[in-house]
Amino acid sequence: MTLFWILAFLTVPAALTVVLHRNPVYSALALVFTLFQVAIMFVALEAYLIAFLQVIIYAGAILVLILFAIMLLSLEPEEPSPERSTMRAWGWGVAALLMLELGAVASMEHGASPAQAGPKDFGSVTSVATELFSTHLLPFELTSILLLVALVGAVVLARRRS
Amino acid sequence: MDTPVEYYLVLAAILFGIGALGVLIRRNVIVILMSIELMLNAVNVTFVAFARQQWSVDGQVIVFFVMTVAAAEVAVGLAIVLMSFAQRKTINADEINLLRW
Repeated sequence: MTLFWILAFLTVPAALTVVLHRNPVYSALALVFTLFQVAIMFVALEAYLIAFLQVIIYAGAILVLILFAIMLLSLEPEEPSPERSTMRAWGWGVAALLMLELGAVASMEHGASPAQAGPKDFGSVTSVATELFSTHLLPFELTSILLLVALVGAVVLARRRS
Repeated sequence: MDTPVEYYLVLAAILFGIGALGVLIRRNVIVILMSIELMLNAVNVTFVAFARQQWSVDGQVIVFFVMTVAAAEVAVGLAIVLMSFAQRKTINADEINLLRW
């Protein structure tokens, strides 16, 4: 329980920094911190393999990609424009409503855990991989096609046209 | 589990709301992409929390797929941003309006 509150009080301000900071580099760094917090959350929920993947894929690969893009574009921090203030107010309102709605649904009673102690290897590489390569084999194979298409698409889009 | 699953669900809802806020109020396309990553992570927390509650690995397998889709989305999204910046010298979402009515 203590761990959960520490995580909550670190994750929410970091996430707000991602969204509200005007300099995108600081946003990216706050996002790294948030993703590490989520990885710790996964460990607390006994999803060990997913926690490793979170650190490697998100905090490693995706954030390096985003930082690369920020550095390549050499952006200046965006300044608030007066004609957008009503849109911003609408954005705050809609996001607050969405958050209240989701929070109300999430805080409802979701039933107790069926068993107090789960399987011993829950969340390990073996248990997740067994499920992945038996029940979810077709989606897994489709995933490789998705990654190939994304790879080709990214190269085609970012290539300099002569 | 000493921490009830509802706690993690509410935290995930808050994170999702913060991500939605970023998508709605920011104009920098890269920050919008980062906010989308935040929302995807909030959903992943929900999946893993339910997987832990039900002692079922299915939720964790779905998180694996969500991560794959997020990686593909970021790669293509950043390629589009770079191309758009090369052509129009801006990544302000208000000024990239070629496809808008």
